[in-house]
Formats: sequence, C-alpha cells, structure tokens
Amino acid sequence: MTSTVPRPSSSPRGTDVRPAISLRDAALSFGGRTLWEGLDLDILPGEFFAVLGPNGSGKTSFLKVLLGLQPLDAGTATIDGGPVTRGSRALGYIPQQKSFPPETPLRARDLVGLGVDGHRWGLRLRDRGYRGHVDRLLRDVGADSYADAPVGLLSGGEQQRLRAAQALATDPAVLLCDEPLLSLDLNHQQAVSSLINRQCHERNSAVVFVTHEINPVIDYVDRVLYLADGKFRVGSPAEVMTSEVLSELYGSPVEVLHSNGRIVVVGLPDATTHHHESA
Amino acid sequence: MDLQDIVDALFTFDNYAQLLPLVRNSLIAGAVLGLLGGLIGIFVMMRDLAFAVHGIAELSFAGAAFALLVGANVVAGSLVGSVLAALVLGFMGIRARDRNSIIGVVMPFGLGLGILFLALYEGRAANKFGLLTGQIVSVDDVQLNLLVGCAVVVMLALAAIWRPLTFASADPDLAEARGVPVRGLSILFMVLLGVSVALSIQVVGALLVLALLITPAAAALRVSSAPGVVVLLSVVFACTSVVGGILLALGGRIPISPYVTTISFAIYLVCRMVGSRRSVRRSRPAEPAVAAVTSLR
Repeated sequence: MTSTVPRPSSSPRGTDVRPAISLRDAALSFGGRTLWEGLDLDILPGEFFAVLGPNGSGKTSFLKVLLGLQPLDAGTATIDGGPVTRGSRALGYIPQQKSFPPETPLRARDLVGLGVDGHRWGLRLRDRGYRGHVDRLLRDVGADSYADAPVGLLSGGEQQRLRAAQALATDPAVLLCDEPLLSLDLNHQQAVSSLINRQCHERNSAVVFVTHEINPVIDYVDRVLYLADGKFRVGSPAEVMTSEVLSELYGSPVEVLHSNGRIVVVGLPDATTHHHESA
Repeated sequence: MDLQDIVDALFTFDNYAQLLPLVRNSLIAGAVLGLLGGLIGIFVMMRDLAFAVHGIAELSFAGAAFALLVGANVVAGSLVGSVLAALVLGFMGIRARDRNSIIGVVMPFGLGLGILFLALYEGRAANKFGLLTGQIVSVDDVQLNLLVGCAVVVMLALAAIWRPLTFASADPDLAEARGVPVRGLSILFMVLLGVSVALSIQVVGALLVLALLITPAAAALRVSSAPGVVVLLSVVFACTSVVGGILLALGGRIPISPYVTTISFAIYLVCRMVGSRRSVRRSRPAEPAVAAVTSLR
C-alpha cells in the first residue's frame, strides 16, 4: 500500500451507532494512477466530514463512489448499512454551483419540486401533498420570497439555496456536497453552509463536504479526510491540518498557520490548485 | 407582376367556402402537428438542440426524396432518414460542441443526397418542391392516419418521460445522482424528436421545420417560466401558426410555409417585446466583488 501515513482510529465516537457511511479497504485509481487505497472509514450520523486536497487527488471521485456513479477498484462501500445504489433516497447531493440559462422554463418552486419527484415517470396527476412539501422546503432554506421567480433570473447564491432545498427533499441520512460554496459571495457561503450544518447537527444527517477551502465551514467540521498524492490522512481538523501532516502528505515542506480561528496553508507545491489562504 | 398581382397571389378568398372542405385533412394534420411541435419544442429549447433539429430535417429530406424516387411511402422515407440522423446525434454528440460539428458535417451531406434523388426523380415537380417548402392539399386519409397515429405515440411517450426528462434537461448532474437514466432519456428523446421532425416536414417542409419546433416554444419562454403556462402558450402558438397558415394559404397560389413562418415569427416578436419588460423587472444588482475573489481556483 502506498499510504505511508499512519492512520488514526477510523471512528471518532463510540461504535454502538450504525455508521451512515462505511468504507472497507477501499481503493480507486484513475487512468492507471492510484488516487487512494486501503481506505477504512466510518462516518456516523450527525457527523460533518470534510474532504480536502488538491485538484486531481480524488475528492470528487470519492463522492462519485458514494453516489453509485463510480465503482471501487477494491474494497467495499456501504451507505446506511446497505450497498451503494444510484439514486438512493438515503442520499442528498448538492453539486457545484452552475448557472441555469435565463430561459429555463422553471420557477424556484419547480426546481425544488424536481428534488421531490423529478425522478418519477409519468405526469404529476394528483398533488398528494407535493405543494405543501415544496413550500416547506423553500421556507427551510429561506427561499420563500422568490419561490415563484424564474430560476434563470436568480443569483448564483439563490440558485444554490434551491439546490440545498432539492437535496433535503428526502430528509436524507447522508448529504453529499461537492464544492457547494464555490463562486458564492461570503453572505451566501455562510447561509448555505449553515443550512448544511443544521441538517447535519440538528437532523442527524451525515455530511460529506468536498471542498478546496476549509475556512467557511471550519466551525462545523468534525473530521477531515485530506487526500494528496495517492496518500491520505483522517482525523479532526486539529490533528490533520498541521505542518507535519501536510508536509508528509505532499512530500515537501508545507506550513500551516492558525490565525483568528482560520487556517492558512503556505507553500503548497501547486499553489494554483489550492487556496486555503484566500477568503 | 404589379403589386395587385402579388396581393392576389398572397390572399385570394374567392370560392373559399368550396375550398375549405378540400383541406380538412390538412387542417387536422396541422393542428396535431402544432400540438406536437409546441410540446417537443420546449425540450428542444431546454436541451439546446435547435441546430440538431435543422440537421435532422435535412437527413429527413434526403430520406423522403429517396422514397419519392423509388416510389415508396414518402412519410416512411422521411421517418427513416430523421430517426437515423437523430440516433447518430444521440449516440455521438453527447456534448454540445461535438454535436454541433457532427451536425455541420452531416447536414450538407444529407441535403446533397436529397438534391441528387430529386434530380433523378422524373415525376411531378410540385412533389419535389413540397418536400422542402411544405404542401397543403396533399394529405389523404391514409397519410392523415399515419401522421396522427405517429404524433399520438410520440406525445404519449413524451408524457411518460415528462418529469425525468425535465429533470435531466435542466440539471443532468443532479438528475443522474437521483437515479434518472440521463443517457437513455437523451437517446429516447432524440428518437421522439426525429419522428416529430419527419412528421412536421410533411406540412411545413424540411427548410422551415424550425418554425414549428423552435419558434413557438422560444416565444413562450420569453413571456413565462411557469411550466404549465409555457406548455400551454407554446402549443397555442404552434397550432395558431400552422392552422392559420393553412387557412391563409388556401386562397393564394403559394406554398403554405411562408404563412406559417410569418405568423410564428410575428408571435415571437410580440413575445420578445412583452418579455423584455419582464426581465428588466426581475434583474438584480451584480453580486459583490468578493465573489470573484473566492471563486479563484
């Protein structure tokens, strides 16, 4: 195994709770290059789990495995005790912000509605609580003021709140987020990350949060998986975000500074792919 | 030809009452195709397939011209041509960039083939011209049944996949994560689009299919974003264009398509004017400059 980093205990709390996500000896490679292998991991309900690392380290692939869109090369992955299945109701997914074209024929409520029943065949002939459910979701994410506005005319931050409402439609046991704050302004970053935090710590969903940038969610994160160069490290932010650990992962000297509750990483080998120091 | 002749050619309503029963079949076909075009056009717009429609239409024209040449059923020839083209685009053109270049390559080839077949054909010239610019009184009972039957099948299929297709068209990444078979739906939609193009060609002709499959939906999208309203408007616009076009063409000596395209263009212009006020009302101030900083990769 290429991981030379000693792994701390894979489960942070007691073992009497069934893990929401469980990986055993999992390995994934891409184009002949090993992204990660020998990954043993249990993520518990109500845990905010951040996945960090440079571009190409396999962060997004990690999510794709959990979404059932990418098979593992070795090992097993289970979600909520069962095998990973694509489109599982136990999963919510918030992708990167992507703007909708201005002429998309959907209002905010219709977009959220797709999260409720967009995967079903046929036309929606009877309401069956659909409208009430959508209204509730819109209120939850603070989007009721623009519920009837065309999605194509909303700002990126407003659209991303709707994405969050879509993902929460099934009250998922596991919420997977792929850089959900990217290209949002600070206000919306805070709003969206606190929404995700609420689903995690109040409604007991396990959150897997893939990001370049730990600072916007630093107050919420329980544990970190740091991927770099085919190696990884799992632990609390205090354990992982240190000069020693990151230098070992990158194989070159990296300095981690703590300032005002924020983490600043200096001297990354490929600074263009990383920006812990911004924001 | 002075102005009076031109007006007479465009609008003559002598003997209108006697002519009307002759185009009964065309009117029914036009209304059904309007309904179909209005519905499928919404997804064409959402999936950015306007150029694909044009490409499919040229291949469909080639198929129809070949059928004419060998004495086969023209509608069937047209169907074969457009479904083949739609499948090629469905399987090869996943990304918009690839798709557009494939269309750009395939379309002139299809048009060239069609012209070859027409040049070899020695029958009535009106038949040739009709494939490109549309025909009006040629819909017999057999053709009408075929058209309506195919249109109903396409519309039923569209209803069955409406929600997941909307999901997959608006947000393919999320739809895929939710278990929607995005790729399968994409190919199925291309087949439905191919059939719709082939049917529309029978009335408006290969060159002007866009007026039936794009313009009404594009006009509807200018004035509303509520899905129900968009569907209703798009269908009403398409039916108005086709049926209105047939009724106007009846009196004159020219093909139906100029009337259809003019009506649908006029509707689009009005909708654009109405819609420009709407987008001004909804426009908001740009996001703060900090957004640009945090989005640097």
